[in-house]
Amino acid sequence: MEWETVIGLEIHAQLATRSKIFSGAPTAYGAPPNTQACAIDLGMPGVLPVLNEEAVRMAVKFGLAIGAKIAPRSVFARKNYFYPDLPKGYQISQYELPVVAQGRIEIELEDGGVKTIGITRAHLEEDAGKSLHEDFHGMTGIDLNRAGTPLLEIVSEPDMRSAREAVAYMKKIHSLVRYLEICDGNMQEGSFRCDANVSVRPRGQHEFGTRAELKNINSFRFVEKAIAYEVQRQIELIEGGGSVVQETRLYDADKDETRSMRSKEEAHDYRYFPDPDLLPLEIDAGIIETVRKTLPELPDEKKQRFIKDYALTPYEAGVLTSSRELAAYYEDVVRGAGGEPKLCANWVLGELLGALNKNNLDINASPVSPAQLAGMLRRIGDNTLSGKIAKQVFDAMWHGEGDADAVIAARGLKQVTDSGAIEKVIVEVIKKFPEQLAQYRGGQEKLFTFFVGQVMKASQGKANPAQVNALLKEKLR
Amino acid sequence: MALTPSDVKKIARLARLAVAGEDIPAYARNLSNIMGLVEQMNAVDTREVTPMAHPLELPARLRPDQISETNQRELFQSIAPKVEAGLYLVPKVIE
Repeated sequence: MEWETVIGLEIHAQLATRSKIFSGAPTAYGAPPNTQACAIDLGMPGVLPVLNEEAVRMAVKFGLAIGAKIAPRSVFARKNYFYPDLPKGYQISQYELPVVAQGRIEIELEDGGVKTIGITRAHLEEDAGKSLHEDFHGMTGIDLNRAGTPLLEIVSEPDMRSAREAVAYMKKIHSLVRYLEICDGNMQEGSFRCDANVSVRPRGQHEFGTRAELKNINSFRFVEKAIAYEVQRQIELIEGGGSVVQETRLYDADKDETRSMRSKEEAHDYRYFPDPDLLPLEIDAGIIETVRKTLPELPDEKKQRFIKDYALTPYEAGVLTSSRELAAYYEDVVRGAGGEPKLCANWVLGELLGALNKNNLDINASPVSPAQLAGMLRRIGDNTLSGKIAKQVFDAMWHGEGDADAVIAARGLKQVTDSGAIEKVIVEVIKKFPEQLAQYRGGQEKLFTFFVGQVMKASQGKANPAQVNALLKEKLR
Repeated sequence: MALTPSDVKKIARLARLAVAGEDIPAYARNLSNIMGLVEQMNAVDTREVTPMAHPLELPARLRPDQISETNQRELFQSIAPKVEAGLYLVPKVIE
């Protein structure tokens, strides 16, 4: 039997506000335990939550960016369950009336096609604290610093059909929230996390199969692996005569498997009701228009502009616009180099990203500035450098040897464009290889590249390759 | 709608309430009466009525995104049964 996978994702993005969603306690990551949990976050008797206006603006910004409806009136509800890292015994969330509904986003498929993924809703809620299960004399330690941190929960339609599509969608949302500057996207620190609803059905069947909810997925690689494992598990279960149970499963990255979290089952009866401590949130057209004016150029728009203005391939434009910082770096290089956008793209995507990846560095931490790279590209443009020598210059700049011009002067890397000098080298090379010359003249034209290589070697790579080609053709005749 | 004893047990467990076995029939009866009232109200046609989220006819007042709270960990933890290394300690939660 052929099976079809159906996936929907719930992404939790921590909003980058200074203070918490319902209190004035700070949200900074990494503070000593419980130093950022105030009376409201702890659910002390008599306190009242007051909504953070910045969290609302950020939710609206996201809604506008995915072409969604912004609810003129939305309501906060209590989601009731007992867990030690949830001091009030309920999480303030939104249920029937979320702030953002019915948006969509486009993802690119591996075959180059584009697919629209529906976003059912995005709602505001507070985060819970953290449980530390290391050994505290057989007890669990609770840090409530994170309690009350604003989250935007982004719920997709069950529109994805493979683990790859789920990853593409997650990456797209990740890029978008960072473009919008509403979330830092730091997955190690838990600022961006994801639960996946996964089911399988026989291909052609209209009804969905029973789904399992996978929790605790905190990297792009894990989302793909967790889903792949779960799909295989469900298919084997059904084909072995069993059936999938609707349940929450935890992904264990160390063992690369999912396992049932029975303890969560009973808690699924959340008994939502409107929070009497909070009045409905009203968002008028004025607020929406104010937020609309703060929208940056979005990834898809930027990508199209890069394809059009810089004549880049969709792939190149896609990588360069994957983060706002990388796109800005690239455009700074193009501006500084005075054109040659394709050459700039080649260097940013090739040498620069290669070196960054190798050293595990972010574009913001690049040792080579856009101005430095542009300066070097200008020296390629005016024939001071060949592409090959330029790599040496790049490497020197990377290691802090200064701007391209300084490196060229210090290392004597200036390209030789004096045809007299090149000719001299060619004559010497031809003299050195009489046998190959005879073979070439006898019709073995492949040997031409051999001669080019020898000339470049003899000039220590500094001869202008185009001139070498032209002059060699003449001399070998 | 009549609630069964097992419904009562489930509700009590979700609310973390200890209900004595002999009280369950009485709870079932009382809760069923309340449900009866809800059912009566359910019979009213409310399609044209916006659900009320709050008895006050006011929108939420928002606060600016500013830090106004200082660290009072020692004060808060002075009433906690057990703390260590700044953490509240609770009976082990197994996952």
